[in-house]
Amino acid sequence: MAKEIVISVKDLTKKFGSFTAVDHLTLQVRRGEIFGFLGANGAGKTTAMRMLCGLSFPTSGSGTVAGYDILRQAEEIKRHIGYMSQKFSLYENLTVWENLNLFATIYGMSAKSIREKTDAAFKTLGMENMRNVPVKEIPLGWKQKLAFTAATLHSPDVVFLDEPTGGVDPSTRRKFWEMIYRASSEGMTVFVTTHYLDEAEYCNRISIMVDGRIKALDSPEGLKRQYLAGTMDEVFRIVAKDAKRGD
Amino acid sequence: MKNAIDIQGLTKRYGKLVALDHVSLSISEGSLFGLIGPDGAGKTTLYQILTTLLSPDEGSATVMGLDVVKDYRKLRTEIGYMPEKFSLYPDLTVDENLHFFASLFGVNVKDNFDLIAPIFDQLQKFPNRRAGALSGGMKQKLALGCALIHRPKVLLLDEPTTGVDAVSRSEFWGMLATLREKGITILVSTSYMDEAERCERIALINKGRILDVDTPGRLIEGLDKNLYNASSKDMYPLLETLRTLPDVKDCYTFGATLHVVTNDDFNPDDAICKLRQEGLEDARIWPAKGNIEDLFIKLAKDDG
Repeated sequence: MAKEIVISVKDLTKKFGSFTAVDHLTLQVRRGEIFGFLGANGAGKTTAMRMLCGLSFPTSGSGTVAGYDILRQAEEIKRHIGYMSQKFSLYENLTVWENLNLFATIYGMSAKSIREKTDAAFKTLGMENMRNVPVKEIPLGWKQKLAFTAATLHSPDVVFLDEPTGGVDPSTRRKFWEMIYRASSEGMTVFVTTHYLDEAEYCNRISIMVDGRIKALDSPEGLKRQYLAGTMDEVFRIVAKDAKRGD
Repeated sequence: MKNAIDIQGLTKRYGKLVALDHVSLSISEGSLFGLIGPDGAGKTTLYQILTTLLSPDEGSATVMGLDVVKDYRKLRTEIGYMPEKFSLYPDLTVDENLHFFASLFGVNVKDNFDLIAPIFDQLQKFPNRRAGALSGGMKQKLALGCALIHRPKVLLLDEPTTGVDAVSRSEFWGMLATLREKGITILVSTSYMDEAERCERIALINKGRILDVDTPGRLIEGLDKNLYNASSKDMYPLLETLRTLPDVKDCYTFGATLHVVTNDDFNPDDAICKLRQEGLEDARIWPAKGNIEDLFIKLAKDDG
């Protein structure tokens, strides 16, 4: 099962009536890679991500995610990926452990495997004493780590993170990126969107989407060289400045 | 110069939790002042007291000389407030929202048009779009427009750019600079450190207490001492190994590199040797330049 390419899509397109939300998206992401999926508000990132997650059917184009066909095996894709949205889809009234147990059960993990994985997770996170606390009572930074753990407990090939760090302070954001680094070093592929351009530097490669199309794709270093820019912030401004959509 | 905002010993408790712990702060008229702190630091509570939505347990605060408790009715007409959560009516259109807020304050949208003209220009592209259907950046601009409709003297913005892309953020800050030139005092909180650097002065707040107040430039003075960059293609093992070295006080991710905070005895060459022994053949260490993020992380750590 040494499949090196975990995400491979070609000309993926999504139209809503006459509006082309995503226009011929083509990209490949390797195993263990941290891939930053950037773009202005309204560029089509969420629509593209929904197609990659098997949540939205493309109008045209093709591709595979975690070895499964986007057009024919959407259910299999959903089983083999993790997804964390900006809204952290945790159940506020359930405890920390109940949340993890719920997600793990939905993914069909055995009771034994759930116990082992949650024990290990609580230990790594240093959250052992929060096991029985309702999620609504834990701080935002912990919720975020918990949401990531819930999305990855079933050891998916790839985890999709949609603006996981919005509104979070610098210390907490860093702790979150350490979790991403660790997951990636263990071979998990991480596909992440963010508006914090310093975070783009954490990624192995980055794409910048403008008006439904990928305008730039390379390593942060490569992009900075190509656009003669000192920071990713400058790169983003140069690439996204002519965006017609959204704002 | 007069103070637009004066805060003295402000304290607010929720049961056992002390959200604000004797906060004192003065913000001079016409300045752009940043409030920087982690989640749960007390920023939103401070905004809610300054906007008269909450009463303090102890201490006092005035905005444009008006007391937040005694003069709350008058005070509300002097301020514009953008809460953290999008607070316009999502099922009203852009125009309807502007007119609604104007009528609440008994003004005409035209009365203070000069103030919102730059924002209005951009919103004019879709006057009949419902606010709920706008993109993140556009929602923020509309919310700013609505907060300005009655020509407030003080603008209170609670994390206005969270979830907004870099280009829109930059435009938003351009607008703030223009408003400041028109004499409006702005208190803004943010989790983006590049935005903190655009403020004249900033206050660092953690666990309900103000840790420091100064210009961004003065706050980061001295941070470069004992601060290094480290990089390798294997960033996670690098991070873990550096943390085990005796003279390393802290190590955290910093974009393309790691930042390493050390004590005076740290020797980069020795450290590189040790990293190579651990199998990190390509590890490099070189001096780093500190910025507001480093300061923030340091203060958050020192403060426990």
